[in-house]
Amino acid sequence: MISPQEQQLYQAVILEHNRKPKNFRKLVDFTHSREGYNPLCGDHFWVYLKINPQNIIDDISFEGNGCAISKASASLMTENLKGKDVLAAKELFTNFQQMIKGEKSLEVVEDKIGKLKIFSGISEYPSRIKCAALAWHALKSALDNLEEKVSTE
Amino acid sequence: MQPLQLKIRSDFPQTDRLVRGKPLVYLDSAATSLKPRIVAERVKNFYELESSNVHRGAHFLGDAVSTAYEDTRSAVAKFINAKSNRQISFNSGTTMGINMLAQSFAQKFISKSETATILVTQLEHHANIVPWQMLQAERNIQVKAIPINLQGELQLDALEKMLQAENVKILSASFVSNALGTINPIKEICKIAHRYGVPVMVDAAQAMLHLTVDVQDVDCDFLVFSGHKMLAPTGVGILYMQEKYLQELPPVIGGGNMIRSVSFAKTTYADAPEKFEAGTPPIASVLGLKTALEYIESLGRKNIQALEAELWPHFYEQLKSLSGLELIGDAKQRAGIFSFKFADIHPHDLSSILDSEGITIRAGHHCCQPLMAFYGVPATARVSLGIYNTKEEASVLVKALNKAREIFR
Repeated sequence: MISPQEQQLYQAVILEHNRKPKNFRKLVDFTHSREGYNPLCGDHFWVYLKINPQNIIDDISFEGNGCAISKASASLMTENLKGKDVLAAKELFTNFQQMIKGEKSLEVVEDKIGKLKIFSGISEYPSRIKCAALAWHALKSALDNLEEKVSTE
Repeated sequence: MQPLQLKIRSDFPQTDRLVRGKPLVYLDSAATSLKPRIVAERVKNFYELESSNVHRGAHFLGDAVSTAYEDTRSAVAKFINAKSNRQISFNSGTTMGINMLAQSFAQKFISKSETATILVTQLEHHANIVPWQMLQAERNIQVKAIPINLQGELQLDALEKMLQAENVKILSASFVSNALGTINPIKEICKIAHRYGVPVMVDAAQAMLHLTVDVQDVDCDFLVFSGHKMLAPTGVGILYMQEKYLQELPPVIGGGNMIRSVSFAKTTYADAPEKFEAGTPPIASVLGLKTALEYIESLGRKNIQALEAELWPHFYEQLKSLSGLELIGDAKQRAGIFSFKFADIHPHDLSSILDSEGITIRAGHHCCQPLMAFYGVPATARVSLGIYNTKEEASVLVKALNKAREIFR
């Protein structure tokens, strides 16, 4: 039997994205990339973005290693953000952060975050919040420094 | 359950509590042990009725607490079979003990002009690596590690070669590995190092509660440990040193209590152990440590060891025979600490799933990144046992591990 708490933390969608992460590759023509590393647990990801001159995220991907929570969170992040503009991505970042930290209830953010609501149970496990947030912080760092384009040579 | 185990469990209130709605199965004693009720009560009584400082002023309360504080020093000396109380100084914990010793030892014995080596082991906790590396800021020091084999056992033939080839100033090794549970042949290490005139510091943090640590038998030069891993409160640690060092080693923390006289022109220091105890010590924790030592003696160290001699192999067999479980390190001489990988599940995911079952394990690098690098893993899951654990809890653990496998299938 699986308890309600485990259902909250390890829902089928999370396990599925852990097994088969979406956009799990390096973009060949990325314009921005950032590293997300948690030295405490060794979770280590790179997030790649291809942002066009209209500030639309044309493509996004990630690669690296980590726990199921961090990997599924990165996978769902990329799935959600493809095609969105930078402003919307930043807004999603904020809502996601507030939800996993338990600062905003699921009801408040539910319609803004879609499938990502499956991470709302994380707030009950404070030591795991950083896992869910890892790839997102890499994303945020890239979006806050758009002028720092990487060479695609 | 044996009568002794039933008694022990009734002495530790935390063994009765629920975690996430399930009975707690505490398997993280290498991080910190649970505390018996009498230790908590001792601390409470100090704060409620006995508060006053030690070794200052002349009043009833101060005298009483100073006596109790010094009685603890005697009890610790007796517990590790030190020759005299003066060899025991209190600090805030194993980490502080190693840092203080590293700074003091280097000041006295390592000149700034020479090239020197400090030997540790591949198994060490960061607390027994970083304090020695920090000496590199002012000295030409290399920190080198005695290698291990895949089972996590030290290679003593390599140690001999290192002692021959290098200008080794001190060897600093753990008695029991906090990550793998390996019990190191510390007496033999001391014997070998002493043949080359090299003093040895032993980090006994993980050994104190489980093995008989006899400083005269081991013949180490220094020994450090913490109270909180041996049923006592957090915040108190012990630095033991052989008598010849009491005079030789300079203090590295200055302040009250550690002086003989102070003027703006010149300060002279008190003798050891006060020399190494600047400032107000963790009095409540020291008093709690005495109660913990009395509790351990009341159970009987031989009885504890007999109990663990049954418990440890049982957990070992249960884990070892579980399909998909791979022990990291499998030393012949080992304590009740088990690091492992399981069914390709990340240790943090495993820890969270076990946590949902009320089972507390440690997931991570255990402050042993060089050791994790040796095994090529960023982290492991670790089960570590205390005297209050039972064979029944091994079954609960195995059941939960199987459930984790189901979830991640």
